[in-house]
Amino acid sequence: MGPLSIISSLPEWVNLLIGFIIGIGFGFALEQAGFSSSRKLAGMFYGYDTTVLKVFFTAAIVALVGSQFLSFFGLLDLSLVYVNPYFIGASIVGGVIMGAGFVMGGFCPGTGISALSIGKIDALFFLFGGLVGAFLFAETYPIVEKFAISGFKGPMKVDDWMGVSPGVFTFILIVAAVILFWIAELAEKKFNRPEITSDI
Amino acid sequence: MNPYYAGILLGLVLLSAMYFSGRGLGASGGLKYAVVAAVGAIDKTHVQESSYYSQYFVNGESPLKNWLFLEVLGMVLGGFISGAFSGRLKFKIEKSPNISNKTRLLFAFLGGVFFVYGAQLARGCTSGAALSGMAVFSVAGFVTMISIFGSAYMFAWFFRKLWI
Repeated sequence: MGPLSIISSLPEWVNLLIGFIIGIGFGFALEQAGFSSSRKLAGMFYGYDTTVLKVFFTAAIVALVGSQFLSFFGLLDLSLVYVNPYFIGASIVGGVIMGAGFVMGGFCPGTGISALSIGKIDALFFLFGGLVGAFLFAETYPIVEKFAISGFKGPMKVDDWMGVSPGVFTFILIVAAVILFWIAELAEKKFNRPEITSDI
Repeated sequence: MNPYYAGILLGLVLLSAMYFSGRGLGASGGLKYAVVAAVGAIDKTHVQESSYYSQYFVNGESPLKNWLFLEVLGMVLGGFISGAFSGRLKFKIEKSPNISNKTRLLFAFLGGVFFVYGAQLARGCTSGAALSGMAVFSVAGFVTMISIFGSAYMFAWFFRKLWI
């Protein structure tokens, strides 16, 4: 029965080792997806490469469906898995700031680490900027604290919010993903930039 | 690798994190712990006086002794193995031929500052908030995902010269 580290009360060092091993898998998967290339990632916002959408939605659906199967067969207690709490303003404004950073830098933190690991110098600058960003947040926290903790809704779940069962919501998400994949394939044909995609 | 296969692989890694450790993946958090630990090592009084930093020093242990920080260290090794496997290990500044190295590095730096500042506010980045959040039906995950991508499309026109 999972989550193993919680149910079996594994010693802390075992859980940290698991974190390290899962990190190896995470870094490997991101690099294999081609996410170590900023020009490939940026293609998502100009239509010439939509790998980001395909990888992102496929991964979310695999984890969503997989965790529900594990739960159904009594192998995973989903009530013990962390659900991100929702702070309305902070989630939206934080997301908007991140989007601006994404299109300027061409990376997100995970893909930046992936690119650094194969030797991209631009990723090193991105991550150095990221450290500065984390430092600025810590130093400006007293100013933004009130906003950051406002509109707290707890670990709110989207299936509850919509009033549907987890299975129905998963089905809706899969249908939405298939439609998005179809649009993404069309976009890659319409906005294709062979001089960029042959280069990355 | 075919993007859909890579997505399945990434989904299985995320599922393993949920099964083994009861949590999702993350990336920006690892940078935060590095900064918190560095500030703690340089200026102890500043850390004790700040309500933000002090929360990471309550149990007297290093902020680096943390699942997320070790996961980020693992990511570097995993990416390196993948790059070696696919013959992509190379020191390189990747950029559009229309911009200089200096411009690319400046905007990469600025992008990093913005991205991680926003990630601290939203309590997670594309990995920790958007992807991992969506996998557990979190409303925060879906809202953050839509905000990140919506905003990136909104700003894409202004920064198009960097890419196309």
